[in-house]
Amino acid sequence: MSGYSNLSWGVMTMSFSNCKRWVTGMAVAGSGLLTTLTAVADPVPWQMNLRKGATRISHDIWDLHMVALWVCVALGIVVFGAMFIAIIRFRKSRGAVAATWNHSSKLEFIWTLVPVLILIGLALPATFLTRDIYDTTGSQMTVKVTGYQWLWRYDYVSYDGKPVTKVPTIWSRLAWDSNTARQLGSGVSPYSVVSKNGDHDYLLDVTHPLVIPAGVKVRFLITGGDVIHGWWVPDFATKRDAIPGIMNDAWAKVDKPGIYRGQCYVLCGQDHSAMPVVVKVLPRAQFNAWLSAQENPVTLDKAARTAEVTPSKPGPAKG
Amino acid sequence: MSSTAQAIHHEEHRQSFFERWFMSTNHKDIGTLYLLFSFLMLFVGGGFAMLIRAELFEPGLQLMQPYFFNELTSMHGLVMIFGVIMPAFVGLANWMIPLQIGAPDMALPRLNNLSFWILPFAFALLLSTFFMPGGAPAAGWTMYPPLVLEGGSSIAFMIFAIHLMGISSILGSINIIATILNLRAPGLDLLKMPMFCWSWLITSFLVIAVMPVLAGAVTMMLFDRFFGTNFFNAAGGGDPVMYQHVFWFFGHPEVYIMILPAFGIISEVVPTFSRKPLFGYKAMVYATASIAFLSFIVWSHHMFTVGLPLGAEVFFMYSTMLIAVPTGVKVFNWVTTMWRGSLSFEVPMLWAIAFIVLFTIGGFSGVMMALVPADFQYNQTYFIVAHFHYVLVGGALFGIIAGVYYWLPKWSGHMYSNFWSKLHFWSSVISVNVLFFPQHFLGLAGMPRRMPDYNVAFADWNMVSSIGGFWFGATQLIFVGVVIHCVFFSKQKATARVWDHAYGLEWTLPSPPPHHSFTLPPVIDDSQLAHGDTSH
Repeated sequence: MSGYSNLSWGVMTMSFSNCKRWVTGMAVAGSGLLTTLTAVADPVPWQMNLRKGATRISHDIWDLHMVALWVCVALGIVVFGAMFIAIIRFRKSRGAVAATWNHSSKLEFIWTLVPVLILIGLALPATFLTRDIYDTTGSQMTVKVTGYQWLWRYDYVSYDGKPVTKVPTIWSRLAWDSNTARQLGSGVSPYSVVSKNGDHDYLLDVTHPLVIPAGVKVRFLITGGDVIHGWWVPDFATKRDAIPGIMNDAWAKVDKPGIYRGQCYVLCGQDHSAMPVVVKVLPRAQFNAWLSAQENPVTLDKAARTAEVTPSKPGPAKG
Repeated sequence: MSSTAQAIHHEEHRQSFFERWFMSTNHKDIGTLYLLFSFLMLFVGGGFAMLIRAELFEPGLQLMQPYFFNELTSMHGLVMIFGVIMPAFVGLANWMIPLQIGAPDMALPRLNNLSFWILPFAFALLLSTFFMPGGAPAAGWTMYPPLVLEGGSSIAFMIFAIHLMGISSILGSINIIATILNLRAPGLDLLKMPMFCWSWLITSFLVIAVMPVLAGAVTMMLFDRFFGTNFFNAAGGGDPVMYQHVFWFFGHPEVYIMILPAFGIISEVVPTFSRKPLFGYKAMVYATASIAFLSFIVWSHHMFTVGLPLGAEVFFMYSTMLIAVPTGVKVFNWVTTMWRGSLSFEVPMLWAIAFIVLFTIGGFSGVMMALVPADFQYNQTYFIVAHFHYVLVGGALFGIIAGVYYWLPKWSGHMYSNFWSKLHFWSSVISVNVLFFPQHFLGLAGMPRRMPDYNVAFADWNMVSSIGGFWFGATQLIFVGVVIHCVFFSKQKATARVWDHAYGLEWTLPSPPPHHSFTLPPVIDDSQLAHGDTSH
């Protein structure tokens, strides 16, 4: 695995600026062209909203989320506004005299019907989007994801219509520096856990990330090895429970290379907070080189070096 | 009849302390016991919450091992749900339902005693697990297998505690239904009842319907753990997801069990201080019934990411969104009750207004979470923690506190301190938002729930939330002071009516009411009822 580690760190440079990122974090996902791999999608301090993420699905979910949020804000303004006006205008201390009416069929009909219409307006796009989330057909790659206490196991099943047999299983554990710092009484500040490119990746970095190609629809088969875990990359909006005895499927097509981080989201025991999900998305050519290097360990170092100096060789044509 | 009254009067005289408080069959005393128990548990569960927020004050582990943190989150949930919210509502029901329907007591007084006295034993069992080998159950209050089965033998104590709590609340509910259906004063039709009685009548049916389902789920768990069955063990042909279906078939109606009685309280308080009848009384009754019905067909919205079939996802999304309609009706009706009223802002009204705002915020995030695609990003994050604390603290707990401040002068015969109760309110309503609003942001930024430790990017909002938590926790000590002062030290006598526009039979009795009230059914005068006019 050492060659692959060289590759991963070698192609990374720091392209981080801390300015103004806290507002939504969207600037991070949307910033500039990446010729090298950086963490494009970490949570940022004071972040208040969802990030747009890196897939069409995550963008669509972000849009739906924002529409729902603004609908709620608008309804809130109407309801709380009416209440506020009542509180100001109809005070006994200002001499308000109570009316005696207690019923209006017309009003009650309106505020039954209007919410129904609003809800239909939200439910329709949500239905179509749910269908898209469930549509794992046409994937070009399949990876099996298995959750264990407390690490992730990744097995490549197929790629480009061919079974992948020689690539060794990836065991994806919490990175050692985080693991040292997280112990009770370790004396190591979580703030001191910093990756080579300056990311504060405490509890969000692993020994060996999952590596997938950019621009390829990847299907994940997700299951659990002992208890229920949850595999989630927020920026892919790919999220499914990893349940023993059940094989769930989900998918992601990530166009932008980079490092994407998430966490196990289902309580799975004492080290639940210590099993991050890290996915490294490589440009397709680099991924192909990486994959063949994995399949043929003898040429590993050489392939890694080749991948390093040829960043954008077009991958095999695919319809 | 008069001889009976004399006999009761006579009995009252020779009650010792032990007889009065341990062998009581009096609905007022049992109501007080329920409320005291709930109050005690509020500080137990709140203490767990303080420890949780202390550990989450900054990233890294400072105070406890992660497993102990998981024990705390699990027990915090169980204690708050089964030990605080539900007993408090049953306590309020015990005190108020007989007074509101003109009944001498609950229909089944001895059963009433039993249903209360089960609770201390249930919680002694549950809390004792902290001192057992392997510690308390640590799989969350939802107790999902297979994780929960990894716990020590203490889960047997948790399961039996849940059985006992279930028995207690089922007996309590049977009693409430029997009381409401049989002991209403002549002329008090169902549709003249206060909303609090209506909401409890409907809630009781929910309790009876779903507590046995929970008992079934945990019993299967017991057998899996100790007797070699494989209900939830995939390796033996079982299905861990089946537990979640059974659990949430209980769990979602449970959510409404914890909010409908609060709706009832708010529907009492708002008209009183608006000096105007409740708007759309019948619509409120029907909305409550609709919510109760819908609560049975939405359970899988807790499980949108377990890999349900597409059709099930869409069905549960639609049914969940439907609940927003009757819930919206309730909120609109409260606001319209205030509209063109003559408002004053005594302490119960302040809590009721805060309830409406905070519960509605929780309802909004609920609608957002009903959208399946959006829920994929919210599920199991702090966004949902924020959501359910808005409805359970800002909703259920604030509703209970509004009820306590509304009826405490009636119970004790004294007024409480205006200054301290208002301080309690303002401090609570600000701190509860400092505590829970930032948790929305944490969830949206991607922080999962039930974690003792987190990335440094989540540090700032967690610190804000913890500060709000300690502030909110400390504020509740004011509540203790206000209640103790009111009951034992207040010199200010409460009038029978207490609030100038309070309508309903309970306000026709003196404050405090005699130990045995309505020993003869009252003659109903519709003008004395909040909902005496049923022409609409």
